[in-house]
Amino acid sequence: MIRTPLRPLARILSARERGENPDAIERENIRLRAERSAERLRRSAERRLYVMAGFFGLGFLAVGVQMGALAASEPVEPRLASSGPAIVAQRADITDRRGRVLATNLLTHSLYAQTRDMVDPARAAQELAKIFPDLDPDRLTRQLTDGRSFMWIKRRISPEQMQAVHDIGEPGLLFGPREMRLYPNGPLAAHVLGGARFGTEGVHSAEVIGVAGVERAFDGWLRDPANGGAPLVLSLDLSVQSAVEDLLDSGMKMMNAKGATAVLMEVRTGEIVAMASLPDFDPNDRPAPLLKGDASDSPLFNRAVQGVYELGSTFKVFAIAQALDLGLVAADTMIPTKGPLVWGRFKINDFHSYGAQNSVTDILVKSSNVGTARIATMIGPERQRDFLTRLGFTEPTQVELTEAPTGRPLLPAKWSDISSLTISYGHGLSASPLHLAAAYATLANGGRRVTPTLVHGAQPKGAGEQVVSPEAAAQTLAMMRAVVTRGTASFGEVRGYRVAGKTGTADKPRPTGGYYDDKVIATFASVFPVDDPQYVLVLTLDEPVETSGPEPRRTAGWTAVPVAAEVIRRTAPLLGLRPEVGVEPEVLDGVTLVRN
Amino acid sequence: MTEMVFGAAPARVGDPILPRWWRTIDRWSLTAVMMLFGVGLLLGLAASVPLAEKNGLPQFYYVTRQAVFGAVSIVVMVLISMLSPAQVRRLGVIGFGAAFVSLLLLPIFGTDFGKGAVRWFSFGFASVQPSEFLKPAFVVACAWAMSAAQQPAGPPGRAISFGAMVVVVLLLALQPDFGQASLVLFSWGVMYFVGGAPFLLLGGIAGLTAMGGWIAYHSSEHFARRIDGFLSADIDPRTQIGYATNAIQEGGFFGVGVGEGTVKWSLPDAHTDFIIAVAAEEYGLVLVAVIIVLYCTVVMRSMARLTAERDPFVRLAGAGLAAAFGVQALINMGVAVRLLPAKGMTLPFVSYGGSSVIASGIAVGALLALTRTRPQGQIGEILGRRAS
Repeated sequence: MIRTPLRPLARILSARERGENPDAIERENIRLRAERSAERLRRSAERRLYVMAGFFGLGFLAVGVQMGALAASEPVEPRLASSGPAIVAQRADITDRRGRVLATNLLTHSLYAQTRDMVDPARAAQELAKIFPDLDPDRLTRQLTDGRSFMWIKRRISPEQMQAVHDIGEPGLLFGPREMRLYPNGPLAAHVLGGARFGTEGVHSAEVIGVAGVERAFDGWLRDPANGGAPLVLSLDLSVQSAVEDLLDSGMKMMNAKGATAVLMEVRTGEIVAMASLPDFDPNDRPAPLLKGDASDSPLFNRAVQGVYELGSTFKVFAIAQALDLGLVAADTMIPTKGPLVWGRFKINDFHSYGAQNSVTDILVKSSNVGTARIATMIGPERQRDFLTRLGFTEPTQVELTEAPTGRPLLPAKWSDISSLTISYGHGLSASPLHLAAAYATLANGGRRVTPTLVHGAQPKGAGEQVVSPEAAAQTLAMMRAVVTRGTASFGEVRGYRVAGKTGTADKPRPTGGYYDDKVIATFASVFPVDDPQYVLVLTLDEPVETSGPEPRRTAGWTAVPVAAEVIRRTAPLLGLRPEVGVEPEVLDGVTLVRN
Repeated sequence: MTEMVFGAAPARVGDPILPRWWRTIDRWSLTAVMMLFGVGLLLGLAASVPLAEKNGLPQFYYVTRQAVFGAVSIVVMVLISMLSPAQVRRLGVIGFGAAFVSLLLLPIFGTDFGKGAVRWFSFGFASVQPSEFLKPAFVVACAWAMSAAQQPAGPPGRAISFGAMVVVVLLLALQPDFGQASLVLFSWGVMYFVGGAPFLLLGGIAGLTAMGGWIAYHSSEHFARRIDGFLSADIDPRTQIGYATNAIQEGGFFGVGVGEGTVKWSLPDAHTDFIIAVAAEEYGLVLVAVIIVLYCTVVMRSMARLTAERDPFVRLAGAGLAAAFGVQALINMGVAVRLLPAKGMTLPFVSYGGSSVIASGIAVGALLALTRTRPQGQIGEILGRRAS
């Protein structure tokens, strides 16, 4: 760096020669230097001021552009970005086989309080108690003022109630949207649908989870967003279900029964077209389960699936079908039916005596315990147990309900000879009406095993283990037809639909042991139409008594059969079956009917 | 004869004050400030009504108050803008002393109005926030110190101003009032930059800040969450920002109409920190653009006029005042549009607040005084050049 001297010697000397003050030169140089420095600083400041002005301009421009972008964008409903997994609120609908809605969602609101924002909690509590009579104003006031900041008041409120709460004008009362499960048909198919409740709850949504029935069995599927909102299609038919429930209800009242159940099943596919259990409930307002007493007394109890009963003479069909299948007997083989049949300590008797001997067909038609037991002795306990196992009587049904595993059949601890005898006429083994329906469907399906299901189109047709030979199955069906035409189920004849079936009247076991003599389970298991079996109907009445005669009648032929006949009469047209009037096939049970 | 009878006509010494003021003042900036004040009153008509109703006062109580304060503020501004730079400097330094002392006295005599920060002196009819007045005085005093350092054999003014800045920022941060503290820091930074800060130092500071932020982001979870929350696209609609954003979107280009806005009812600070949201909702982007242009006019024109200034004190003080004024407006609006993280700061002249509007009047008055057209030594330059 070259330093410029403040006192350049040449100038100083020449100034001195001229007699001037050399200090002036120094001052002049200092002034010039300061001026140059100031000018340099000013130029630098000028540049920097322009830079600053540029920054400010950019800043204001950015704010303006952002304002413009915001102003140009549509205001969207503000949504809270929540951390953690969002609650999946959308639950798939449930429909019947024709797409009619059985369960859907409805947007309602929940009511909650943010106490920090409340102006007058006491007045709000008073007003709320006027809108919701079940709220206690004093307790509510206490809760709203005890320092908590948040409180749920109502889980679900109607639009009218919401407006009324709005009108209170309390800023601390807020509404959260709630997607609520709605069953538009009320109690129809209540036991199949089950019900739903709120799971994890937030202010903005709540999880809806199934608590029973298909809602619970398919809970994961119904909540799976991957299904794209596709509904769950059940095998039920809404109109058939409605007719069945209707008739079952009036039949139950007419027969003074305390409960009733019916299962209507497609023979080929095992699809359940209607399933009813009475008393029932409204899944929209599911009652609380019983905490004491017998669970089967609760309306929540699904008798068709959970109820295991000794189903009585309806089991005789299986002994005879097996004997026919094994070739032990033919339809016209004569079997001694003189009672009592003594086996060890046990005596087996008939309702009343049916003579010394009867054909196998007549044993079924007249429902002879003695004759069936004699056939069972021919079969033996091992083969009987194996046969009933293949029909599905030793395991709970696999139907798609959460309650299905609880319907576990009650089997004898030791499948002894005497057990085999009693089981042959339906005592000593308890099973659900659905078990019975599946077994009858197996016989009606040409002897191929039928598995009951509630989902439409789930199972391929006709696939199933061959349990009985088609011939034996056909013969058994023909005998069942005779039960209706000239046997215990004569009230079961429905003109044009050629019903075949078997009654069963089982004394109810006492909880203390032994059997009641005035309480029965009356069952009618039927197949129709018999020459091309399409449907199986099992109808059971719990403790029916028919009092129109001189003495009370409890047998299935007088109680369950007329109700079932009415059900068939009403539902067969709905199911698309054509009545065949006038042409009754002549030979059905090996007996030639003489037309007169 | 006339002179003999009536005496000599009194000669005018120098220019008359008002015409000279009008001739030399930056009339654009003056107009912009007046318009901003008008906008403030207009928005006050909408934004302060909920507050008045909440406090059980007549609907336009706060508008009337604001008009009175505004009138005072304008008078103060005009008076100050008539001062010479030397007078501004003297008043500024004295004012800095006074404001500093009152800032120190705040913990003893101040009140916090239940807001958790002791920032105000309450006089019954009005309250005063000393930090509002401290800001312009601090800028003037620091500019004086820095410009003195540029004189040959001057005092170490930069170091002195740096010390003053640190003390003031600490005092404000202790209140706590980080908004004002950051404004003081920023305006000092602008003055230091304009006063010729070495680029090496500036680059070093920028690098250190970036590194510090990076370290803080990766070591402090709290800090990281704050930053992530700001950067994420989702807005919690229950926050003030959420309401403000929604209001701006509702307003669109032409607004929902006078008095039709709703955001003023939901935002507690609608009349101060978020008044721009009220403007955007009721009058739309049009008014917001006008407001931005007005602020931009004041800042840009002041800076442009200062580039020709020869007096280092005027240059530095003017730059500091303009920067403080501009950045306050910029931060306020930047927060509302979510360009900046939430920070309570008023919009000068527009937001409601007696202290704020009068202090803004003082600051802008000083800025106008400093940016007046003055001879910039052109004659002296010509003479000096001839002499050399």
